[in-house]
Amino acid sequence: MALSILIDWFPYLFSGIVLTLGLVASALVIGVGIGLPLALGQVYGSLFVRTAIATFVWFFRGLPVLVLLFLFYFGIFPAMGLDLPAFYVGAVVLGLWGAAYQSQVFRGAIQSISEGQMIAARSLGMSKFQAIRTIILPQAMRIALPGWSNQYPEVLTESSVCYAIGVAELLTRSSQIVSQTYVTMPIYLACAVIFIFLSYAGTAGIHYIEKRIAIPGFGPGGA
Amino acid sequence: MTDEKYILRVENIKKSFGTNEVLKGVSINVRKGETICFIGPSGTGKSTLLRCINQLTIPDSGKIFLNDEEVTHAGPRINYFRQKIGMVFQNFFLFDHLTAVRNVEIALLKVKKMNPKEAREKAMYELKQVGMADWADHYPAELSGGQAQRVSIARALAMDPEIMLFDEPTSALDPELTREVLEVMKKLAMEGMTMLVVTHEMGFACSVANTICFMEHGHIKEQGTPAELLNNPEFERCKAFIGEFREYSQ
Repeated sequence: MALSILIDWFPYLFSGIVLTLGLVASALVIGVGIGLPLALGQVYGSLFVRTAIATFVWFFRGLPVLVLLFLFYFGIFPAMGLDLPAFYVGAVVLGLWGAAYQSQVFRGAIQSISEGQMIAARSLGMSKFQAIRTIILPQAMRIALPGWSNQYPEVLTESSVCYAIGVAELLTRSSQIVSQTYVTMPIYLACAVIFIFLSYAGTAGIHYIEKRIAIPGFGPGGA
Repeated sequence: MTDEKYILRVENIKKSFGTNEVLKGVSINVRKGETICFIGPSGTGKSTLLRCINQLTIPDSGKIFLNDEEVTHAGPRINYFRQKIGMVFQNFFLFDHLTAVRNVEIALLKVKKMNPKEAREKAMYELKQVGMADWADHYPAELSGGQAQRVSIARALAMDPEIMLFDEPTSALDPELTREVLEVMKKLAMEGMTMLVVTHEMGFACSVANTICFMEHGHIKEQGTPAELLNNPEFERCKAFIGEFREYSQ
């Protein structure tokens, strides 16, 4: 009975999975795209830049994702004259929230690269920018990856909070099915199984990448 | 003011770290093809002097000229001068994420904008010069200290520098590995490279250097040919320093 309901409603649930993955993917892209420059700014920037970034990080790490979502959905974006669909608000908020955390993962990794790497690069005539791009970052990103891989399951699970602003993601779809069919546990159980599976698959994928880009004797993946 | 016969002129360089004045006005002129060794107790500014020459450390005052062009206050042009001034470090500082050959070619690609094929050929040639061609595809962590240092010498030489700075290149190496690195440096000196070497290897200094500078407390206290310094040091501390070396080497 429950199984046949699940099968009947699966296409509906599936579109929720797609939206959840869409949220996660855009949030991670925004997270890296903003988190990495923030990290570089915090390591190499002026006092003003460092203070501005520290404030950003403090703000986004200091508030629950749900509160951030409400702030942006009902307050900040409308005040800016932006009438964004809930999905975009969710993706941007998760992205900025993730960027705050990721910036600290990247910052730690950049700072763990020995000073000699920069000195040697500069001694060969590289500009600071060239040295960061070709010498520091390729090493730092390898070191950051294990810590960064936390971000995927974190953003994935937090994405369910977008339920509260009506994004039709996995949890939203599940509860809609529940209210249509009055079948509760089997549906939420299916929702949980899907979340856990997505989390496992993504993390396994990241571990695979970690192994692929490992360098002998270097970093956590090395000998 | 200009003096054509010197490739490098260091004029009255001073540098303090906090209240500690490490260089108290050091001047030296270097002729093309000359090897100058800097000896003396630790903490007397030898390494700082080398780092000031390619502006890895910015001196507080004084000037440095390479071929009569001012290196100090060069602004972004310092990246041009640094290609002309190769540097080798005590701890090698090879790029840990790159193989030996990639270490040598990376600056050719990024700084000199050579095409990949040319850069690879040049990098392999330089590795061959230091006897490391067979190790081209190994990562730094897979090399011994002596091998790593020879790769770092190749990396600096690939830029076709006019002058090479060696900052205690063998201090992190055991005697056997020290010898293989010194052999490479000796060959380089014979081929006419201009070299400034901070070292505690008195044997190398005496056999290869044209000039030995004894540094103490931020000054060059004594300067002369190896024979002059060994046989007839005027300055007491220098005499004692060299005396210690003689005692241990017997």
